[in-house]
Amino acid sequence: MHLRSLTIALAATGLTAGAAQAADLTATVEIPRLSSASYHRPYVAVWIETPDQTAVQTLAVWYQQTANSEGDGTDWLKDLRTWWRKGGRALRMPVDGVSGATRAPGRHTVTASAARLRTLPAGQYNLVVEAARELGGREVVRVPFRWGAANTGRAAGTTELGAVTVAVSR
Amino acid sequence: MKKTVFALTALTALLAAPMAAQAHRAWLAPTSTVLSGADAWVGFDAGMSNGVFIPDHAAMRLDGLVITAPDGSVAQPENMMRGRYRATFDLHLTQPGTWRIANVMSGFGAAYKQGGEEKRWRGSEAEMATAIPADATDVVRTRSINRVETFVTLGEPTDIVLTGQGLELAPMTHPNDLAVGETATFKLMQDGKPAANQTITVARGGTRYRDNPEEITVVTGADGGFSVTWPEAGMYWINASVRTPGAGDQIAMNAQYNGVVEVLP
Repeated sequence: MHLRSLTIALAATGLTAGAAQAADLTATVEIPRLSSASYHRPYVAVWIETPDQTAVQTLAVWYQQTANSEGDGTDWLKDLRTWWRKGGRALRMPVDGVSGATRAPGRHTVTASAARLRTLPAGQYNLVVEAARELGGREVVRVPFRWGAANTGRAAGTTELGAVTVAVSR
Repeated sequence: MKKTVFALTALTALLAAPMAAQAHRAWLAPTSTVLSGADAWVGFDAGMSNGVFIPDHAAMRLDGLVITAPDGSVAQPENMMRGRYRATFDLHLTQPGTWRIANVMSGFGAAYKQGGEEKRWRGSEAEMATAIPADATDVVRTRSINRVETFVTLGEPTDIVLTGQGLELAPMTHPNDLAVGETATFKLMQDGKPAANQTITVARGGTRYRDNPEEITVVTGADGGFSVTWPEAGMYWINASVRTPGAGDQIAMNAQYNGVVEVLP
């Protein structure tokens, strides 16, 4: 009924300095392979929120980039209900570096440099991933992480999302 | 001229059947309330029935329909159809923001005695002075105003400007920003002023598929405010009815509010 808030194993294992030069925050999102007669790739939003669930910054939104006979891809952004309400509706899509096409099942990576997150004060946050699928369900996964120190976090969805990981390198 | 006659007929029908209006609930239900994209369409069903959103009694007359676009301009409904149990129409949302869709019926009435005989009159405020005979006794004048409304939002919600006429809800929480488990606060206003100590009925649709009506009642505070914590997602009907008796030259007031809001999971 409510958003799924999953328990996390937050391992404070420092990454090697060399591994994190390109991206200071790396998230991986697994879109599960579902056997459905009418499978459509899910709409997915990835954002950062404070522990009280206030959205701070959207990192990625994957949605249909074109219009078809049923409408424009933006017509269904509202189905990412949590993201839409907490920040998506205030954005003018498309957003450079955020908007992208829907992804096939598999593991996908979202990265953000410290420069991109320069307005983010050091502290505790959640990385939130929401997936909504046409003729399917909706799921939200939250992964707590700390910005300002090297740490990692991990959680997993049970229906529309697989594993979600976060690694902060500094 | 034709329009006036039509509107008056509707008004008379409304005022002539106060019991029907009391017994059956009036609702204006949107097919969606939260929308994205450059533009969008929303359909509406308007009916009167015991179970909210269950069209099984009477279609609503929509002669008082006023659609206010986010920029304050008046928008027109499309594909208007009056069925037996519900009236329906579509609205093309052509600009982002919150749209207010309201069916407002208002008018004046009087009951009096003349030569021992009880008489009734319905009409406009302007006609009232001359409509009641000089030798009438036991005159009771009543002003009626009945608002049936809902809201839909394309993109980001925008502020709702109150009309200051009859009963309205001043949103502390935006009516298109409601989520299950959260608490929303509104203020009941009558003619633009807080309506304190009034009972609000909150009813969720879908009663056909459960045994318990699960209605919520709350009483407004001194500032007209009340809060609702949404127990389930769904379409909700919010009702208030305020009757103020007349006294001397004071005209009695019969005001109704019937709002519909959607709570998302």
